[in-house]
Amino acid sequence: MTRSANPTRPQGDVHRLLGHPTDLKGHIDAHGPLHVSLGRDRSWQQGLMTSLEASGLTGRGGGAFPTSIKATLACSGGTGGTVVVNAMEGEPCSDKDKLLLIRAPHLVLDGAQYLAALCRADRIVICIPIGRDSVAAAVSHALDERTRQRYTRVQEVVVRPPDRFIAGEESALTNWIESGRSLPVFRPDKGTPLRIGRRAALVHNAETLAHVALIARHGPGFFRSRGTSEEPGTCLVTISGDVHHPGVVEVDHGTPLSDIAVLSKPVGLVQALLVGGYGGAWVGPGQFATPYASIPLRTIGASAGVGIIAVLGDTSCGLAETARIARYLADQSAGQCGPCHFGLPAIADDLARLVRGHGGRDTLTRLHRRLQEVNGRGACRHPDGAVSLVRSALTVFAPDLAAHGRGEPCHHWHKVTTLRFPRPIRI
Amino acid sequence: MTRLRITIDPVACDAYGYCAELLPEAITLDEWGYPIIADGPLPGELVDLAKRAVRDCPKRAITLRENKRG
Repeated sequence: MTRSANPTRPQGDVHRLLGHPTDLKGHIDAHGPLHVSLGRDRSWQQGLMTSLEASGLTGRGGGAFPTSIKATLACSGGTGGTVVVNAMEGEPCSDKDKLLLIRAPHLVLDGAQYLAALCRADRIVICIPIGRDSVAAAVSHALDERTRQRYTRVQEVVVRPPDRFIAGEESALTNWIESGRSLPVFRPDKGTPLRIGRRAALVHNAETLAHVALIARHGPGFFRSRGTSEEPGTCLVTISGDVHHPGVVEVDHGTPLSDIAVLSKPVGLVQALLVGGYGGAWVGPGQFATPYASIPLRTIGASAGVGIIAVLGDTSCGLAETARIARYLADQSAGQCGPCHFGLPAIADDLARLVRGHGGRDTLTRLHRRLQEVNGRGACRHPDGAVSLVRSALTVFAPDLAAHGRGEPCHHWHKVTTLRFPRPIRI
Repeated sequence: MTRLRITIDPVACDAYGYCAELLPEAITLDEWGYPIIADGPLPGELVDLAKRAVRDCPKRAITLRENKRG
């Protein structure tokens, strides 16, 4: 427990993130003022670090990496660094960070303040892509409130990186802040802390920071009172696809996938779920009972990713949707690394041939070889995500693959997609 | 066996392919000419050639690193 931890549970714990007050007065009424200890206060810092460790919080930006370890690494990078609030949310199917910053900006900003104090960083940079003006307006309004009431301890500024899929990759983000180049950086040793200039950079997803704020104030026990013992806490999931009510829900870690999907009222029968976004994996009906948490999802070859479930109804073609996603991911490659720059379009071409019924066994063999060769060979994990998604499709939609391979493509492949893309994708 | 491992910087690499010519036992090329490194530590007898590959790479994309996994 940190010394500032308040052991009482805030009211309305059902939606601890999304149900949180939006304005600063409501935020302070719910939690009291921000207690951070700036400067060299070892016992306060140790207390917060112990709380983060005990909470078991993991990053909600896709990596599911323990937040306390990431903070320890950043603290080893020296003082005077930057806390980067990653609200880039490049996955077209994700809305959770946009919604969170509009609904509960002070929770996210407070999380950044706690981490800044913990690592003795001296600025907080909030990254909201160009074009997402409603989110930027909500955050600017929150920053004004904080400045007016002299609430903020460490300086907070909003910056607007380009709106691309890859722009939120953490090294691409620090690279953009430092040099204006929104490109991932090759880091052979992922254990070294990220830097902006010579100073440490601590990049955290917006949702992760909201949880940090709650853990710092209410202690790890509060956080662990929801979710599973291995993966505690609640999480935000965006549900989209063939559903009547797409949107963001807050659920306990460990909730079965099917229980989350029904919240959005699927249209007709559900053929498969896309879990974790475009760099995630398809999950077939036999595995709909899988708990939504990193460890169980990993055992079925999927991952929670950035908190996405897209529902594929039985009148859609899973192969065609995968071909569209593969084409989109190929288009979104930063183009820096050969295997990704050439490999992803080649994989998308192979899939398109198979979908149209023009590709036989040779195309499928070549596709498998390309997936094997491209995996793990980029500076970032963009190609790996594409490989994971396509591989899962070849398994989950195996009967369709056989039919398309015989030159008998299903009737749904040219149907308009129910997935979300920034612009129409031709396969 | 050594504890060394060949690492390619995929951003720097421009598919010249000299490394695969020098070290066909440890490096093959994909269909676009980019190097694929064989799994596991580098055999001891290839270390000198690997050092030459590091020196000769026009893009300085190759490094020899300690293999942490042994």
